[in-house]
Order: sequence, then structure tokens, then C-alpha cells
Amino acid sequence: MSKNLVVRFAGEGGQGVVGGSEILAAAAAAVGYHVLTFSTFPSQIKGGPAWGQARISTEEVLSSGDELDVLVALNQYAYDHNVEELSAGGFVVYNSEEFELDDPRAIGLPADQMAREAGNPRAANMIVIGAVAELAKFPLTYLEQFVTERFTRGRPGDEAIIEGNIKALHMGAEAAATKGLSLESLDDAPTLEGERILIKGFEAACLGAIAADLDSFIGYPISPATTMLVFMESHLHGPGKFVGQSSSEIESIAALVGGGFSGKKVMTSTSGPGLSLMGEGLGLAWMAEIPLVVANVQRGGPATGLPTKTEQSDLIVAINPGHGDMSVPVIAPGTIEEAFWGTIEAMNWAERYQGPVILLSETSIAERQQDIIKPDLSKVRSEKRTVSDGATGSERYTGDGISPFPVPGGPGAYVANGSEHDEQGDTTHLPDVHVRMTDRRFKKLELLMDGSYESVQTSASVAVLPWGSSKGPTLAAYRELVADGMDLGWYYTMYINPMPSALLEELQQKELVLIPELSYLGQLGQILRSKGINAQSITQYTGLPFKEQDLKQRLADAIRAHTGKLAAV
Amino acid sequence: MSKRNPDYDFKWCPGCGDFGVKRALEGALLDRSSARSESVENTVIVAGIGCSGNLVHLQEGPQPFGLHGIHGRALGIAYGLKSTRTDLNVVVVSGDGDFLSIGAEHIGPQAKRNLDITAIVMDNGVYGLTKGQASPTTELEVVTSTTPYGKLDDQSFPLQTYLAAGVPFIASTLSTQVKALQTIIGEAMDYPGFSIVHVQSPCTTYNDTYALLKGNEKEGIEPLAFPIPDNHDAGDLDAAYALARGGRIPVGILYQHDQSIPSHERLRLARERTGATQKSVDEIFQTMAI
Repeated sequence: MSKNLVVRFAGEGGQGVVGGSEILAAAAAAVGYHVLTFSTFPSQIKGGPAWGQARISTEEVLSSGDELDVLVALNQYAYDHNVEELSAGGFVVYNSEEFELDDPRAIGLPADQMAREAGNPRAANMIVIGAVAELAKFPLTYLEQFVTERFTRGRPGDEAIIEGNIKALHMGAEAAATKGLSLESLDDAPTLEGERILIKGFEAACLGAIAADLDSFIGYPISPATTMLVFMESHLHGPGKFVGQSSSEIESIAALVGGGFSGKKVMTSTSGPGLSLMGEGLGLAWMAEIPLVVANVQRGGPATGLPTKTEQSDLIVAINPGHGDMSVPVIAPGTIEEAFWGTIEAMNWAERYQGPVILLSETSIAERQQDIIKPDLSKVRSEKRTVSDGATGSERYTGDGISPFPVPGGPGAYVANGSEHDEQGDTTHLPDVHVRMTDRRFKKLELLMDGSYESVQTSASVAVLPWGSSKGPTLAAYRELVADGMDLGWYYTMYINPMPSALLEELQQKELVLIPELSYLGQLGQILRSKGINAQSITQYTGLPFKEQDLKQRLADAIRAHTGKLAAV
Repeated sequence: MSKRNPDYDFKWCPGCGDFGVKRALEGALLDRSSARSESVENTVIVAGIGCSGNLVHLQEGPQPFGLHGIHGRALGIAYGLKSTRTDLNVVVVSGDGDFLSIGAEHIGPQAKRNLDITAIVMDNGVYGLTKGQASPTTELEVVTSTTPYGKLDDQSFPLQTYLAAGVPFIASTLSTQVKALQTIIGEAMDYPGFSIVHVQSPCTTYNDTYALLKGNEKEGIEPLAFPIPDNHDAGDLDAAYALARGGRIPVGILYQHDQSIPSHERLRLARERTGATQKSVDEIFQTMAI
């Protein structure tokens, strides 16, 4: 019996490999398993190597999985480039109409022809899923149930489609059964408590924003952040709400400055290249003290880089997106739940300190689909900036911290100014005013330093601190290292800038803090070293997430090297 | 200095055309305020960067709200401002460099959305605040600090640009005719859609065109500016193009589309048509239930 089943559908873009993995995951979730999907594809609509992966488990899923129990290969390239990740005892299911394989672990199915025989030429995926189910001893009744629900859409022909798909499932299963191969069968699904939902990361982030009373979302299409704009276009349309497609990221951020200044809660989504274009506008929001939220879904590399891959290489530019002295607050969710709650927090931060906030997401968080307990909406706390009652006249920028925000149409007319300015917002270049206003802008960050963080085994002198999507695989590796007897501390927070001050103090006491992160530079490591923490990054820049066992090995090596160094002293 | 803030020390050069624009805008805001019983605080002036943008700090009398942003992005800021607060009167003040060079990419989108705002463009044919470089409206062959051989790039003709972009209300005016400018700014603010008031606002330091615009009979200079004839049909796009292409500066309302539906009205109608309603977060979660 096994706790885990990892299935990868590999082929080319447009063949439904992502859809295949999501159908399997959704069916497994409906049965009661925990699921997590991950997909990777080139930046094109048709063609190019693509794969979608589903991990099905009786336990909480922390990563997309290291090794494949089943590789579904839809062409020779997909087989050649993925088979080395097959586990010992794993199988390959392939489309024998496309190519032939000489591999004892492989089961060839003429999927297209079988689908036609089943009466639904579009059910080739179901043939394959049926075969996978047979190999994993995954009862077909669950899949039948899922197919019935999915295709009951109140249209004529629903029944024929359902029948064809169910027939396809059985044909696939029977074909696999005749090969006499089977995987270690999956443990029965656990009984899970609570109301569960199957949700993607970007949906969780968007719903967090709506729960926090978002008024307006203005964005420009860019992979992998377009999904948020599309979601908002179809979900945020109540009275007074506005969703718009801008003409560029430069216009997006300008429009957000206008919307934030107008007194509304505003947000956009973008990815690396768009964030670069937003640098000057984010500086304006910082200078003029205008609340707004930019969700930056990280992809890979500079320039166009890797538009559909995952990386954590935008941290430095998120904190310092433009010229001049500024430090933009950053919240980086590491799970789907955190994508929901972290977005609410990002909106609250913007309102609380009256300035721009970056929600730093990643392809692998935004696109992942996972089962979670439905967030408890009674716990949502939505903050709203203090509005001016006109008591200070046109003196908008008074005092050395937060001052009431005048809303156009109401009292307290002033000039929100991107040039250095005095209390009324009028331009000045006097040295003492620049000092006073710069101090004021940085002092406001102190309102954001009380964020929560996780800490385990705090007495250990060496600790691990992942961020963002590296949280899951690091936690899996951490648990194994501790089980192996290693004395290792665990720290984690989604509040990256400013970090909770208590966490920084704890980390400063450590001999060594290991930071698993997906970039060449090791950007969080750099930042923490500048704060007097002996941080060492464990980096990877393949465009793919960490694998648990790789990471475990690299962490163990780094800890041994450190202890060795100490012993040598 | 401004009356509101004696510490504010920015000054336009003596004789700057922008003084006339400032007075006209102040007058138009007062007119609007009394005609509609609406507070001046219901207006937001969004300023770009350059000499023109400083107008926002120099307004005298009842104060509107102001947003003095970054170079070239005043229209983008106005897009978010007006879309989220359709109740506000939004006025962009900009110059030929700010509006037609670095900010040119934002003209087309606002015209196509038909964003209900007014842009006042102070055209002095030069980059004044950076001390006299060629701008899009600087004439061919003119020597400036960045065109030592004379300007090699053809001159831009903004009125033609606006017409081609589909701007539904276009006026061409002079900073010296303050009263007429005040009236036209008022009409532009009342117009339900994107309106541009393009003002010849000469720079006395780097590009003094007062005499050229007005003409000088004694020196045999024909006036560059001429009043748009009374019989011009502002609803006639071809007639507007003919005036804009005449090589001179027409003064008056060049073009006014009479069937303008502004962006926020388009959205309201679309929602009415499709019956889109806001689902609660919990209802959306329900659709994801396992």
C-alpha cells in the first residue's frame, strides 16, 4: 500500500496534458484524497513540450512530487525527456498511434482509435485516465461519478458525452488490465473533516482581494498573471466596482495611483517585465503616499526570460522597484491558503501605512490547484485608511507618521505629489524637508512589523527559512531531517518586507540560516545578510520547483559543511 | 509662491503663456461651481511634469484637489481616477512634451474608451523646464540645444493626431484669449466624453511665438492663428481635418462628436444588458466545493 500517487501527462501544448492532470486530481479530491497539481508549458498555445502533473495523497501534499508513478507520454519527446523521473516500479502509458516503445514498463494504447470506438473521439484523455486508474487500483466508480457531474450541464447531448466518456474509462482500464501490470495500490482515502474546496492559487488571491473589499482591478495581459485579470473581469462587477484592461503596465500603475488617490481600494496583477515597467509609478505611490496593491506573479529570468516557468528572482526588484530611497512592503504567500489570507493582508497593509504593497506570487503558486478547507470568512478583517475630516486643512502630510487621508470631493484639498513636497504637497527641494519627509515615509513601515511567523525547534543553532513556494518542499525535507535526528530550527513567514522584527532578532542569534530559494542570486539570502544574519542560500534556477529529496540532500550537505567547519576550529 | 502656500517658490517666467491658462481654468472652475452648485473640491487636476504641470500648485481661489504625478502619465492616472470615481470632475494639465512625446501612448486608449475627462495641453513648442530642447511640435530645421543642425524630425501636428485618435471633442485656443479659453474649458468639462483643449501657450524664454501667432502688419508677418469661421460644422470630421491641415492655427472648437457615450456610461449599459450581478465570496467558494 502506498500513501502517494504521482501522475504526469506529458505531450505538447494543446493536447490537454494540463486538463488530464486536473481531471484526475479533481476526481481524486472528490473521493477524499488530498491533491496538488503542477504544470509547465512553453509560451505558445499549440505545440512545444508541456506537462501537467497530479499528486494524489492520503496526507497533506507539500510539493508536486519527486518521482513519477505513472508517466503518460503522448509522443516520443515526452517519453525521452521525462522517463528518467519515473520511480522504480513506475509505469509508462503511451499513445501507440504516435510512436512505439521498447520498454517493459510501458503500456501502449491506441487512444484516439479507442476513443472513436467508445463513441466520443474527444475522450482519448479518458482512455488514458482509465488505464492510469487500473494501474493504481483507483476505483472507476469515482471517476464515473466525476465524469457524470462534470458533463451534466443541462445541454442536449450531455448523456451521450457522459456515456462515451465512461465507456472510454472502462476501455482504458481493460486494456491496461490485460498487460498484467500494477502499481502498489493507493491507501484508501482518508475521512476529511470540514468543507473542502478545490481551488487554484490565483483564484484564492483574487477572492482574498474581493473579501477585503477591493473596489477596482486594472491590469494588462501577461503570463502568468493574466488569469487574475480574467477572473476579476468575470467576478468583480457590483455597483461601484470597476475592472479594466489597460494599454500597458505603465498605464496600469498610473491608473492605480489615480484610483488609490480617489479613495478606493485598487489592485493589479503583473509579472516580471510588467513590474519593471511599473517602477516609476510605484515610486510615485510611495512618495505621494497612495495605497495600492500590485500582485506580481514571478516567472523566470530577466527581459522576456521564461514566461511560463517558476522562479523567485523578483524579490529585490519588488522591494526596490524604482530609483531613489524606498522600501516597498512585500508579502509572499507560500501556500494556497496564504494566497487568500496574504492578499487580504496586502490590502490591509496598503490601507494601514498608506502606500504601495506588492503581493509576490509565483507561477507554481498561482497555477497550482489544491484541495483546502474552505477559508473561514468570519475571520476576514478588512482595514480602511483613516479619512481626513478637514481638521488639518490642506496639510495632508503632517506629523512624522500616518496622517488622515483627504478624499477628493470631501474636505482637505491638497496636491498629491511625486516631487519632494511640504505638508500641503507643494514641491520643495529644501534639505530639511527632504529629510523630514523621507524619515516619515520610512517610519510608516514600523506599522507593518508585527506580522506572524512560524518557529519550531528554536534552540537549534542552525535553522532553515524558506520563502514563497519553497515552503512546501522545504517542510517535507525538514521533517525528514529532524526525523533523522538532526537538530535544526524551522522558521517561516510570508511577511518578507518588512520582516517581523521579532523574527529578525531570532535569526540574528543563529550560527547559520539556510534559505532554499529559486534564483541564481539567492535574493533573500542577500537581504538577510545585510541585516546581520548569517544567511546562506540553497539555490536552484531551472524554472521548476524544488524536489523534496534533492533539497533534503543539499540541506544536509550544507549543515554538515558548517559543522565540519566548526569542528576544524 | 502661491496665495495658498507662501512657502511654495516655483515661478513661471514673466510673460509665460501658462499664466493665461491658469486664469482661464480658475474662472472655468468657479463658473462650473456656481452653475452646478458643486464644490470646487469635486474637481481633481492631474498634472504632468514640465512647466505646465506646476499649474496645479499655483491655482488661486477655492482649491480643487491635485495630483502632480510623473512625466507623461497624467492620462493614465486620470483613467484610474475617473473610472473609480465617476462623480469627480477630472482635468489633466499637460504640455507638448509631456502629452505628445513621452505620454503620447495614452491618448489613443482614452479616446477609444471615451474617458469622460478634459485635457488641457499647453503647447509652447519646446522643452522649457529642461532649458530649451526640441519637442514634437518644434518646427523642422529649428536650432535648439538638442538639434544643433536644425531639427531633423518633422513637426507633429497635434490636432491631426487627436482627430486620427478619435478624440470626440477637440478645441484649439490661445493663452492670450483668457475669456474665450475660460468658456471653452467650461464647455469641454461639460462634454460627456474625452475632451482636449489644445492651447498655444508661448515660452518667452526659449520659443517666443507671440508675434507669430498674432502677426505683425508693420513687419509683414501674417498671423499664424485665425478664428474658426462661424459656418464651420464642428460635427463634420472632414471639415475639421481640413482646418487642422491648413498649416495655420485654427482657434475655436474644431470637432465635437454629438453622439458621445462616455466609458462609465458604456459600462453601466453593458451591466444592465447582461444583468451581471456580484456574487459573494462564499457563493464563489460554493462553486468550488468538492
